[in-house]
Amino acid sequence: MGETRKISLTVNGKSYEEDVEVRFHLADFLRQKLGLTGTHLGCEHGVCGACTILMNGKSVRSCLMLAVQADGQELTTIEGIAPSEDEMHPLQEAFRDNHGLQCGFCTPGMLTTLLEFLEDNPDPTEEEVRIAISGNLCRCTGYQGIVAAALDAAQRLREAKGV
Amino acid sequence: MKPPPFSYHDPGTVGEVINLLETLENPKLLAGGQSLMPMLNMRYVMPDNIIDLNKVDGLSYIEENKTGINIGGMTLQRDLEFSELIKKKCPLMNDALQQVGHRQTRNRGTIGGSLSHLDPAAELPAVCAAYDAVIVLQGPRGEREIPFSEFPIAYMTPATEIDELLTGVKITSWKEGHGYAFIEFARRHGDFAITSAAALLEVDGAGAITRASLTVGGVGAAPVRMNKIEESLIGQSGDEDKFRELCEACREIDALGDVYASSEYRQHLATVMSRRALVKAYGRANRKG
Repeated sequence: MGETRKISLTVNGKSYEEDVEVRFHLADFLRQKLGLTGTHLGCEHGVCGACTILMNGKSVRSCLMLAVQADGQELTTIEGIAPSEDEMHPLQEAFRDNHGLQCGFCTPGMLTTLLEFLEDNPDPTEEEVRIAISGNLCRCTGYQGIVAAALDAAQRLREAKGV
Repeated sequence: MKPPPFSYHDPGTVGEVINLLETLENPKLLAGGQSLMPMLNMRYVMPDNIIDLNKVDGLSYIEENKTGINIGGMTLQRDLEFSELIKKKCPLMNDALQQVGHRQTRNRGTIGGSLSHLDPAAELPAVCAAYDAVIVLQGPRGEREIPFSEFPIAYMTPATEIDELLTGVKITSWKEGHGYAFIEFARRHGDFAITSAAALLEVDGAGAITRASLTVGGVGAAPVRMNKIEESLIGQSGDEDKFRELCEACREIDALGDVYASSEYRQHLATVMSRRALVKAYGRANRKG
């Protein structure tokens, strides 16, 4: 074991206090220390986007941050998106209905990325969606289903807000 | 776990950072981590000490001054992207930021980190070259300012001394209504550009170019200002054929080549990106000035 530090952070509304080796990146911390294996690791050098999470509402690549840097921060991972155990988020429903996923490996990163994006841009064009997910690789869908799901989700979220 | 073992330091002031740089063995500064973290994960770098700049006070700001803007070294690319001041005073930077990585990396990446990493294809160094930006460095001997033209000393090597850190960037604005364009060619939106071009143009009421700046990125070891083309542009109108002819000079750039793109291909792309940047910048220029 190398140098360690105690960190405290909030993940999906739950508080944690953990000793962590300072060289642990945040994705490994979430998966191995907290058991939140919904955050996936593809490339571990910031290209594939599978490890994307939300930190204080902003999408970040959890493989490109040290776990110690998340001390005091508020994180949301894929496990924290749905409103309850038996209810899905409108974005998740839109992915299911539009064939937005097949193997599901890229999906956690796609959803976290799109959550922030749709918050900033509730009525995006197809091109804007494609640019928003340009940092997330998918090898199954050819992206068509994902883009359709994002546009569908945008509409569902707008309707839910009564816009 | 990918990174090699290191000790972690998170100082709160610039003074503490300099003190740590002076005393620690084999230190490395960590800004946004969007380049350093991959290098750590792949063990391209094996520092004994990581000095995290994210908790250092006073390094994140975008301020207007009499002639332009001052930007703190730890200012997030995201904050620059959404800054109305940058859009107004430094529109070329806003244009370039749309093409810097992805939203997820701009949420962490900083201007000082990008400039210090100094990837030849990175957008922000090319923007600084285009504007003749001034880089502010701080170390045990105090603060010093150097023009961006003297900042890169070799491939991915800035003039920053081992005990210094980049604390700020100063950019002098161009005349209101000037034309600007940042154009790049990459295989995927947000990837490192194979070649980029940044153009700034001031145009008079008759449509003649009165001031020009043209920078090519991703071709040389650092961004290259095309001084000869800039001189030849003065007095020209927005004739695309003339731009095409002048941009042929980009083939003379001492070009990098790798498995993705040969040096000849990069030189060719430089002529095309430069022409497109000039055409777009000219089209955006306000001729009333």
